[in-house]
Amino acid sequence: MAQVQLPPTLTPLFDGLPRRVEIDAATVADALAELEQRWPGLHDRLCEPGPALRQHIHVYVDQERAQLDTRLEPRSRVHVVAAISGG
Amino acid sequence: MARTMLLIGTRKGAFLLESENRRDWELRGPLCESWPVYHAIHDAGTGALYAAAASEWHGSAVWRSTDLGETWALSSEGIGYDDDDPRKVSKVSSLAVRNGSVLVGVEAPGIFESKDGGETWSLLSTLAGQPGSELWDDPANQPPGHLGISALMTDDADADHFWTIVQGVGTFETGDGGSTWAPRNKGLRADWPRPHEEVGFCVHRLVRSPSDASRMYQQNHVGVHRSDDGGHSWTEITDGLPSEFGFAAAVHPHDRDTFYVIPLDPGHARCMPEGEAAVWRTRNAGESWEKLTRGLPQDHAHLGVLRAAMAADREDAPGLYFGTSTGQLFASIDEGDSWSEIAAHLPPIWSVEVAKVE
Repeated sequence: MAQVQLPPTLTPLFDGLPRRVEIDAATVADALAELEQRWPGLHDRLCEPGPALRQHIHVYVDQERAQLDTRLEPRSRVHVVAAISGG
Repeated sequence: MARTMLLIGTRKGAFLLESENRRDWELRGPLCESWPVYHAIHDAGTGALYAAAASEWHGSAVWRSTDLGETWALSSEGIGYDDDDPRKVSKVSSLAVRNGSVLVGVEAPGIFESKDGGETWSLLSTLAGQPGSELWDDPANQPPGHLGISALMTDDADADHFWTIVQGVGTFETGDGGSTWAPRNKGLRADWPRPHEEVGFCVHRLVRSPSDASRMYQQNHVGVHRSDDGGHSWTEITDGLPSEFGFAAAVHPHDRDTFYVIPLDPGHARCMPEGEAAVWRTRNAGESWEKLTRGLPQDHAHLGVLRAAMAADREDAPGLYFGTSTGQLFASIDEGDSWSEIAAHLPPIWSVEVAKVE
């Protein structure tokens, strides 16, 4: 199971969404699809049509910058970061 | 007991101000998780509140509350162009309600509609084929200001009849619920080249008299204008104002000839001239203007007011409200003769709407 850490700006938007979620997924895209299943609407908060990650949403897999097609290992740590975008 | 509610959209969330007497106000907020809120409205038919918001991180969505702002939920389901469409929704900027449904205007210019109280949305119109659309449909050529559809104005008497402003392009009217449109900019002035005769006008704020459906006013980038035929033609009424430029405007709810604007320096400042805060009023449909300053700061008051940040209620003695881009909110309950500051230190204010709630 990969462990996905979500940004604190996301959790207030969805009932019961924790900061850390355990997910069995092959890629970042699969992980986001699983999150969408559990919390409908979440995918749109992180991705724009295409689909592609939103401009100021950065994803890191095992500390490396990742994209939607980046593969996950069974014990990957995924950080979803709301990157700084102004004051 | 019935009370007046002001719905304030700011760069850092929505705020609500409520009062039973329009003198003593209680402030709630920031709401909507402090997302930038471009416009917030009340649906008198259902009692719901809606806020159009666009987060730098999490994209655009419409927030909704069915308990007068105590709890909120958001949705963007259906607000978006197809995956293979080069147009993207960068912002939701304007809201309106019509006969139980909710409309939201977006950039790239398009109007989406919800028929289930804001839970899901579908594309109503992109004004396809209208003059200028060949330009605004190009993602690289979005109208200046990046609001896209900067305003929607509905008709209480006919749900299929409404107007929209494409920012930097002009006003369009539909009489069939958005299936067909017509430009309504005849007689307006523009000080720049335009690719089409009927469009290319920078309409900042459009208002319609509640007491005479044929009477409209607008604050334009260049000039203030009046229409006596429901927007089909326009006559400039700028003479007597200190600046042709401004954003905000309001019309008296019971007197079609009384109209308010807030002239601004047209240069980089875009603040009230001479550092003196003032609202200007005409009582004769623009033949003459009077400067209203009582209660407004007159010393180094470099205040700006944006296009959606002024509103009038419909009380017998109407109240007027405007919010500044530096976070003050001013109110008048004597038709503009005197003003008082009812909130300060808010984030930059982008919109002000007023509602009567129970």
